[in-house]
Amino acid sequence: MKKSLSMLLAGLMLVGTLAGCGGGETASNDNAGADESSTASGAAFKIGGTSPLTGDAAIYGNAVARGAQIAADEINAEGGIQIELKFEDDENNTEKAVNAYNNLKDWGMQLSLGSVTSKPCEAISTDINTDRIFALTPSASSVATTEGKDNVFQMCFADPNQGTASADYISEQKLGSKIAIIWKNDDVYSTGIHDKFVAEAQAKGLEIVSETTFTDASATDFSVQLNDAKSKGADLIFLPMYYTPASLILTQANSMGYAPKFFGVDGMDGILTVENFDTSLAEGVMLLTPFNADATDDKTVAFVEKYKEEYGEVPNQFAADAYDCIYAYAQALEAAGATPDMSNEELCDAMIEQFTSMTFNGLTGENMTWDTTGAVSKSPKGMVIENGAYVGM
Amino acid sequence: MGFLNHLISGISLGSIYAIIALGYTMVYGIAKMLNFAHGDVIMVGGYMCFCATTYLGWPPIAGVLLAVVVCTVLGVVIERLAYKPLRMAPSLAVLITAIGVSYFLQNAALLIWGSSTKSFTSVVGGDPIQLFGGQLTITRVTIVTIVACVIIMVALTLFTTKSKMGTAMRAVSEDKGAAQLMGINVNTTISLTFAIGSGLAAIAGVLLCSAYPTLLPTTGSMPGIKAFTAAVFGGIGSIPGALLGGILLGVIEIFAKAYISTQLSDAIVFAVLIIVLLVKPDGLLGKHVSEKV
Amino acid sequence: MNKLKKYAASRSGRDTLLSFGIVIVAFVVVQALVLTGSISSSMKGLLVPICAYIIMAVSLNLTVGILGELSLGHAGFMSVGAFSGIVVTTSLADTIPSGVVRLILAIIVGAICAAIAGVIVGVPVLRLKGDYLAIVTLAFGEIIKNIINVLYIGKDASGLHFSILEQKFTLDETGSMIINGPMGVSGVEKLSSFVSGFILILITLFIILNLINSRSGRAIMAVRDNKIAADSIGISTTHYKLMAFVISAAFAGMAGALYAMNYSTITAAKFDFNTSILILVFVVLGGLGNIWGSIIAATLLTLLPELLRAVNSYRMLIYAILLIAMMLFNNSPLKQRILEKRGMKQMEKAERSGKEGA
Repeated sequence: MKKSLSMLLAGLMLVGTLAGCGGGETASNDNAGADESSTASGAAFKIGGTSPLTGDAAIYGNAVARGAQIAADEINAEGGIQIELKFEDDENNTEKAVNAYNNLKDWGMQLSLGSVTSKPCEAISTDINTDRIFALTPSASSVATTEGKDNVFQMCFADPNQGTASADYISEQKLGSKIAIIWKNDDVYSTGIHDKFVAEAQAKGLEIVSETTFTDASATDFSVQLNDAKSKGADLIFLPMYYTPASLILTQANSMGYAPKFFGVDGMDGILTVENFDTSLAEGVMLLTPFNADATDDKTVAFVEKYKEEYGEVPNQFAADAYDCIYAYAQALEAAGATPDMSNEELCDAMIEQFTSMTFNGLTGENMTWDTTGAVSKSPKGMVIENGAYVGM
Repeated sequence: MGFLNHLISGISLGSIYAIIALGYTMVYGIAKMLNFAHGDVIMVGGYMCFCATTYLGWPPIAGVLLAVVVCTVLGVVIERLAYKPLRMAPSLAVLITAIGVSYFLQNAALLIWGSSTKSFTSVVGGDPIQLFGGQLTITRVTIVTIVACVIIMVALTLFTTKSKMGTAMRAVSEDKGAAQLMGINVNTTISLTFAIGSGLAAIAGVLLCSAYPTLLPTTGSMPGIKAFTAAVFGGIGSIPGALLGGILLGVIEIFAKAYISTQLSDAIVFAVLIIVLLVKPDGLLGKHVSEKV
Repeated sequence: MNKLKKYAASRSGRDTLLSFGIVIVAFVVVQALVLTGSISSSMKGLLVPICAYIIMAVSLNLTVGILGELSLGHAGFMSVGAFSGIVVTTSLADTIPSGVVRLILAIIVGAICAAIAGVIVGVPVLRLKGDYLAIVTLAFGEIIKNIINVLYIGKDASGLHFSILEQKFTLDETGSMIINGPMGVSGVEKLSSFVSGFILILITLFIILNLINSRSGRAIMAVRDNKIAADSIGISTTHYKLMAFVISAAFAGMAGALYAMNYSTITAAKFDFNTSILILVFVVLGGLGNIWGSIIAATLLTLLPELLRAVNSYRMLIYAILLIAMMLFNNSPLKQRILEKRGMKQMEKAERSGKEGA
């Protein structure tokens, strides 16, 4: 008897939890709705995004959340358009990203920042498309994110362009004759750049002597890859990857006494900010990046200063992209004359119209434009690291 | 030359696995539990040393000592709070608790030290040793790692066979009840084992981060699983087995990466493990215990 | 009627009825909430994964609880089911327009492929015992993950193309990649629904509970309780071990197919060691061999991290602490005392009612 009673209780509890959650969430939704209608003029646009705030990609997620927050605070302080910003944790996991996205929907999100990383963004972009919520992702760069979805746009450039640009740059400047590539082949970003780079390198007649890969699980030991490049006499190593593994590669190459030229892409930006990283190892590293924290223009200086003050570190490209996203939204909302009481469908149509026609100047580029596929057009800048700072090439 | 270079990388990686596996094996021998949190103690050791040398400016050796002390205390505290109440519980309950502790340590580290990568300064400075006109390079960390691994193994063997505490440890691992009847304090012995295992984890953490210099809250989890595999490979509970298993695993992993595929290296390591266990079900140097009816 | 009463009075019968009862009542309540629109979209989004995790937990319980062998690689079978299911639905997209039919086919093929994988893994693994068996299942789980990670499958007018390690085939212009190596699958059609998940749970429960209460089920439990004794009375231990293991793998494959069809993108890395552990936590927390316990634990522990979203960065930390606390409480003298107290009360009650009856 006691057992069946406890079973029954447990069952009831379970049903209660489910129903309770459902009920609770709706109640808060109603409240939110009431708030909006009562103060329609002064209310804020609800912009939400999913980002890896914990887990191994948390560094990118936090940078985006912080960069966006700074922009939102600045815009709100001006008194015009008001923005309410919310990020939900997706742990860089597709399943959690969908959960997080649904949470944001319950919160009443009108405009989305997509996801920070590519895979989760691909996962939610289908829902974004069917739910007709406009999305501008700061950093999910894979082509599949935007492919076939008219309302998903990117702030970062799509992967393939960078590979082509890098190969062109290397061949024009005659930076190396024997090239090795180390790339991360479970990463859409890295693989996309690698494929385009190889194609362009062949067209330009560059000799690629070594191609080696790593994955998330093997991103700590590069001795095999470096030994391979070294034994084949590579004098330039192309690193299409984020800066965390890149910093390891530089350190390990140094400890084995191997010093080729290194050439990176925009993900390499931030390598100088890795805590306790010996920046002398990155001396002479070349990279293409849209954002440079050491630039001297007013916008960048102000942003970097504010970021340092609030969070105690130098912002990377992800933070800058997120900052630009919010400003791009502000510009588009203003131009469209949008008001916060508009539904997400109305906003979605207005934003698609604005983004395909407007020009935007931000931290990560001047005169940015978007085409109907959602890809941004902006030009990467060639940088080289000299004396622990980026210098334009 | 490529072969020798890979061999040295393999032995170096294997020695780190071996040190971690020694901790695993000792704890398993006594407590008969798979301590999944062991890998995360490694991570804590790495962060401790990093904080001491980078933030406080301590010399590397002081950083290592701090890491060892903190991890030793941490190991004992974990054992007291999380594992001791479960000594009579089924082994699966202890396993899940260990996983809970592992999650806890990782997320606590995330809150304390943040999510961004820290670049670890190697505790062993100096230029690499170049042989055969620069074709063969051996880093100093490699040498220190291998030497440390051998010293630790010899010291542990001497400790468990010659000292009184070591004998007590072996007695507890054979038969807890009988050991208690002989006047051995089982609780103290188990605590001591956790202390030694966690202290070793700290050393492994520092060496791991010196050889592969990034530090993240998840740094310890994959080496932890690999070392656990190494311990089973060599025969869990056996000290020389852990050393042999660790080094073999490291060498196989690097060779598989170099000569077969960087992507399938883990699969190959695990496949070798399965084959070994099918041929020798108790691991390479494990003792076979016949079943009692 | 009498038969049913008798059945309900037996311990196993009560468990069976209760398991079905919980699931059906929960389904009716949730479905009512969904239809009236009073459930939030985050909860709605969780329904299919919860169904998949329930099936995973119930099937793992067959291996860990009923057969008594610790498996740390259950997610590997889920992965096999997920990817084979995706290949089926994508390659049949033109021939069979009906989504439901393709989902059913995907689940069946997922189950068959996972069962084959179960045989391949089970034959060597089940010769080992204890922690050695556990580590080998872990190893197989990682191997499955690694192999799917280097698998390239594409489809074009001339049929399906396969290669491993790198994409060695070229597709014509109508072709598309189905599985693209480590990048996995993108653009999966979302065919799963809560109703299909619910039906799958019912099928799982029906088969597994019947198995447990059958002659084979008792043989499996006999092997768990005492292998030598079971051997001596003529039970073929290898046969029954393998049987339980393969059935468990097949259901994991079904759950995998269901799970995969709920997301537009999926990678092999998702089905790693951590997922296996997650499922094991459901089983242990729900109680070994306790089917309805697995159902409740899977549901609550999937909901828990979502309910903790309010505390944000402390979320996973609290999850970890709760996990440890639950394990400690489950095995603590405190719980023993509570149970005893309740037991005493009930005994008193029974005595009283007995006296009254007399």
